[in-house]
Amino acid sequence: MVVDGIADETGETVDRLFHALADGTRRDILRRCVRGELSVSRLAAAYPMSFAAVQKHVTVLERAGLVTKERRGREQLVRTDPEAVGRARQALDELESAWRARVDRMSGLLAEGADDGAGPDAPDPHEHTTKGPDG
Amino acid sequence: MTVTSVDKDVDRLTLTIVADFTAPVERVWRLWADPRQLERWWGPPSYPATFEEHDLTPGGGVKYYMTGPEGEKFGGWWRVSSVTPPTALEFTDAFSDQDGKPNPEMPTTEVRMTLTEREGGTRMELRSVFDTREQMEQLAEMGMVEGMSQAIGQMDALLAA
Repeated sequence: MVVDGIADETGETVDRLFHALADGTRRDILRRCVRGELSVSRLAAAYPMSFAAVQKHVTVLERAGLVTKERRGREQLVRTDPEAVGRARQALDELESAWRARVDRMSGLLAEGADDGAGPDAPDPHEHTTKGPDG
Repeated sequence: MTVTSVDKDVDRLTLTIVADFTAPVERVWRLWADPRQLERWWGPPSYPATFEEHDLTPGGGVKYYMTGPEGEKFGGWWRVSSVTPPTALEFTDAFSDQDGKPNPEMPTTEVRMTLTEREGGTRMELRSVFDTREQMEQLAEMGMVEGMSQAIGQMDALLAA
């Protein structure tokens, strides 16, 4: 559902996004920079890899449009896309996707049980053994 | 489609979603009131939810976690502010930390859900309000990241099949 939201973009943009997000370190960098800008050197200190390696990760994120990089003095400051309205809209889109999917699942559950209010018994979870093992 | 309308108000940080079901109100209410039913729809199939506590009374709490494809757990909780069975429920939905305690650094949403009888079926109206714009943006960033990670996980599963 989340992917639907960016389906209008060119395939290249989507490819870049997927590539950028397919790496655990890059996802972690994104999380760290959500609340404010961080310098590349400060980020580099957080990972067991070289400054250059972290800088490469930041460049991938930057090309995907997920972060912006700004040089201030000797430091390069990284932060997530500051387009606040866009992101706010995106948050609502995310929430909408989540709730649409939930409503679909609710409908599925309601259709599944013979319990339409007139049934003799309350729904018994043991009747529905389609649920997989936990985990 | 079950979803009848969706309204997104960026200025008021609010999502309102209206859905119509053919089932009666009491039946739809049980989707919320029975934790075993709730966990079959709350989390996406790849992140199934497990509800450990479920106390739908004013001031009561609901505790759950969702389990990701690699066994990673994401905790959440509700603080129930008001409940009127079988037609209305209001709660705060938030993330929890590793110990299952509410995490104050993470975004919260205020949810109000109402069920009304309509043409023999049930209309569910759900309004979800973000606490602050900062939280909303933070959640967008996380949702994006988690959603994309999840999509990638699903692609991996397909490729491995």
